[in-house]
Amino acid sequence: MKVRVFVSLKNGVLDPQGRAIHHAIEGLGIHSVQDVRAGKMIELEVDASVTDAQLEEMAAKLLTNTVIENYRIERVQP
Amino acid sequence: MSFRSAVITFPGSNCDRDMADALEKVSGTAPHRVWHGDAALPDGLDFIALPGGFSYGDYLRSGAMAARSPIMQAVIAAAGKGVPVLGVCNGFQVLTEAGLLPGALMRNAGIRFVCREVKLKVENTQSLFTAGYSAGQEITIPVAHHDGNYFADAEALDRLEGEGRVAFRYAEPVNGSARDIAGVLNAAGNVLGMMPHPERVIEPAHGGTDGRALFESAVRGLVGA
Repeated sequence: MKVRVFVSLKNGVLDPQGRAIHHAIEGLGIHSVQDVRAGKMIELEVDASVTDAQLEEMAAKLLTNTVIENYRIERVQP
Repeated sequence: MSFRSAVITFPGSNCDRDMADALEKVSGTAPHRVWHGDAALPDGLDFIALPGGFSYGDYLRSGAMAARSPIMQAVIAAAGKGVPVLGVCNGFQVLTEAGLLPGALMRNAGIRFVCREVKLKVENTQSLFTAGYSAGQEITIPVAHHDGNYFADAEALDRLEGEGRVAFRYAEPVNGSARDIAGVLNAAGNVLGMMPHPERVIEPAHGGTDGRALFESAVRGLVGA
């Protein structure tokens, strides 16, 4: 099965990449966007036996730096 | 007494030779070169250096993979016993990712890679690494990084400042770092992380010598003059 870990910057952490993307969107002539925050999604192919605790451990200890990032874990139903 | 130091090389480190050269020139003894996959450090080390570079191609986050490589368990244990550890540039990123220093190094606020000489103010002259400078001294050291924007929450920053753990501050904004912080110490004072490269300015042929005092004070403090 697939598990997706969505990584986003915490509120209050400046996101220069998001700001640059926002600027580029305005370059397309679209001015209806108020803010852009960039994150990443990490997709794992896992055994069905993987526990929530293991997923939490992976997300908190490696996939994110919890000083600056939040994560959300999503098990994708087959 | 000879100065026993080690320089750790990760896949993608590119300032390890400069770091080893600086340590040898200042201390008179060549450092041990240690590979990231090694499980143990040489015995009886006086000093450990984590060099600059782009370990693991900065995959996931700068320093994230290196912080979890086998040798880092030994570095964390040595730091816990009081062995001085210096992390420069990518080495600083590795130290924060390994939890040896607070905060995180994020993408530069201006997006661009910054590669130039910068002026620093020496904020702490009590540490092993900074005792060779005078308080408030302005020094010029080069930076070369994409992710040098130091972030920590306000409470952590206040604690760092209150405990005198900001070692160096940029004299003017360089990369968006909180409170212009360029280098920080751990609570015990034996771990220093900094984005600027002192190993690149240790002899006149480098165009400057302002980094030399850092290595000299460490060597003097550890094995005597």
